[in-house]
Amino acid sequence: MKTAKLLAATALVAASGLTVTHAQADELTLCWAAWDPANALVELSKEFEAQSGHTMKFEFVPWPNFADRMLNELNSGGKLCDLLIGDSQWIGGGAENGHYVKLNDFFDKEGISMDDFAPATVYAYSTWPKGTPNYYALPAMGDANGWFYRKDWFEKPEIQEAFKAEHGRDLAPPKTQMELLEIAQFFQEREIDGQKRYGAAIFTERGSEGITMGATSSMYPFGFKYEMTPGKYDMEGAVNSPEAVAGLEFYKELYQTATPPGYTDSYMEQSLDAFKSGQVAMAMNWFAFFPGLYADPDTGGDKIGFFVNPGQAKEASTLGGQGISVVAYSDKQDAALEYIKWFAQPSVQKKWWDLGGYSCHVSVLNDPGFADSAPFASDFLLAMDGVMDFWQEPAYAELLLAMQKRLHDYVVADQGTAKEALDKLIEDWTETFEDEGKL
Amino acid sequence: MSDTPFDRAAKATPPTVASKIRGLSDRAIAWIFVLPTIFLLLAVNIFPLIWTINLSFTNFRANRPNREVEYIGFRNYERILTDSDIWLTMQATAHFLFWTIFFQVLIGFTLAWLINRKFRGNDLWTTLIVLPMMLSPAVVGNFWTFLYQPQIGLFNYGISFLTGVDPSSFQMIGDVTLAPWSIVIVDTWMWTPFVMLICLAGLRSIPDYIYEAAEIDRASQWRQFWTITIPMVLPFLMLAVLFRGIENFKMFDLVVQLTGGGPGSITELTSINLKREAFEKWRTGYASAYAIILFVTVFGLASIYVKALNKVKER
Repeated sequence: MKTAKLLAATALVAASGLTVTHAQADELTLCWAAWDPANALVELSKEFEAQSGHTMKFEFVPWPNFADRMLNELNSGGKLCDLLIGDSQWIGGGAENGHYVKLNDFFDKEGISMDDFAPATVYAYSTWPKGTPNYYALPAMGDANGWFYRKDWFEKPEIQEAFKAEHGRDLAPPKTQMELLEIAQFFQEREIDGQKRYGAAIFTERGSEGITMGATSSMYPFGFKYEMTPGKYDMEGAVNSPEAVAGLEFYKELYQTATPPGYTDSYMEQSLDAFKSGQVAMAMNWFAFFPGLYADPDTGGDKIGFFVNPGQAKEASTLGGQGISVVAYSDKQDAALEYIKWFAQPSVQKKWWDLGGYSCHVSVLNDPGFADSAPFASDFLLAMDGVMDFWQEPAYAELLLAMQKRLHDYVVADQGTAKEALDKLIEDWTETFEDEGKL
Repeated sequence: MSDTPFDRAAKATPPTVASKIRGLSDRAIAWIFVLPTIFLLLAVNIFPLIWTINLSFTNFRANRPNREVEYIGFRNYERILTDSDIWLTMQATAHFLFWTIFFQVLIGFTLAWLINRKFRGNDLWTTLIVLPMMLSPAVVGNFWTFLYQPQIGLFNYGISFLTGVDPSSFQMIGDVTLAPWSIVIVDTWMWTPFVMLICLAGLRSIPDYIYEAAEIDRASQWRQFWTITIPMVLPFLMLAVLFRGIENFKMFDLVVQLTGGGPGSITELTSINLKREAFEKWRTGYASAYAIILFVTVFGLASIYVKALNKVKER
């Protein structure tokens, strides 16, 4: 009888325990773009599921539709996402419109210090207003626009010889934008292994952010900046400076003289395709894709090399990457915060890098072995030292679309001059900032 | 004696409903039937229209629900009508509208005229010709981007075969001069069958005895075509032009998939531009004014056109 009672009591306790576990376990939905690092995050998150008892669901949207889809979701107060790895430029809108939960109290309570993350990433992915200690995201995925090239072609003796004869120097990854142009032009329509090849795959996409991200990769090193005085919105002389004009003219020349035919609306996917299909000698793309490119059986391994975006007047790269935020409309904010707490741990950050994600944690980045841990790791560190980002204002989408239009009109559609394009851009942006009450 | 259908309907009507209806006038019963439709029309069409007109005088942004909304009078309208970029999109739309309708009517009528003549395989040809319009515009836009691809595209190879020019020497989508024609070609390819079907219906509605009478009067084929065929098909043709005009004025999916409005803004039609203003830049008040301007334009043109159509029908 005693045994029977004991068994019954045990069963009751077990059942109640199970009930408690189920009551606390949530299904969290994490929203992000559909790309290689997202797959790595799915793998990484299995550890969180095992530890916390929560289950993870993922909503990954292809890049060209990512901003549209997610910003509409936030603007409509949707509950689809509990956690959102949103683009760096969304931070202003996310904070001011109340889409993101402010994380300061949570960080203080859990002992999460922003000093443990690379300062450039904290500034870009987490803070609003910029540079203030108001945090709306944890730096999740460091990224910048970089370059990769066909190392096997660069090393061919006949190619080396022809380049030296033409330019009087050895063919090597470019150190400046002008060298980049020379190399791209050298490869343009050159026959290699019996096929016609082209110079470089660059970003020219019109619909979302492509051409802005591509062109700024040339314009920043030439000296383009958004304001004369940070925070003052005084764009005249900065946006349309002679250096900015030179940078934009340079990008147009690169587009017109060194890209494959029909390359008028290309972004990440087209750049990867052009490289993997052996069309181009060099291609620009986000560091996030580099692990996958290196692992590619056809064009990866010994055949591929990487280099940081070359400087010109200064070293600079276009910032990519994202922070992870808790969506204010989520009913599962506690569980979502639990995920952030777990994700911020150094051991998890280390594993994140190992799986192909770009950690922003200093314990990973400052590790003596980091630079040699992957063929592109040292370039990533260099890039993150000089990243520059687009406006992060709440009106970022409007500002971005204006730049997309002006740059595409000039670079691809060959309308007007670079100076006119940038002057018109200032007019567009001035109108936006006036509407915003900032001018 | 068997029941009539009316008797059966009366028996099937529950007595309670019948008694409730009894005593109501015909007008009241008519209102009962019409009211749900009127309510739906008001809720789905009229209210949003009035609301849009109201928003068009404000600086409202749908993505900033907490921001104070200010009434700014006609400023949105003034901005739109003085914006040279908007006039460029209007020009692009006009170019697209004019040439698509021109080619679709020309080719559609010719095809209908040919199909209307009895020949072997007539039905098979009709089926093959109408296939493009059964496809989704987004799919059509997408696969034509491949056909237009300078290095591998069949279109470029076709032109190369016919003219001898290098296929990769021209870019239908990327070239500022060719891009507006690239969307005209695809829309014509897709929607000519629709115009053809309407014209075919018109041609088949012409009684044979009219042609027989003309032949007895020794009218030539040419004269029969101009004095019988064209006047009798004209109302159908005008209807096809109206349908295609309205459809192409709001063209979006096909062009977005094909060119995305580019290169630059060369193929950015008003609908694409409006969508960007409304749902990407979130300038709701501005976009509302834009939509009202387009609505008035289309409504005005369509009204004039319908009047002309009615006059032709009365002839």
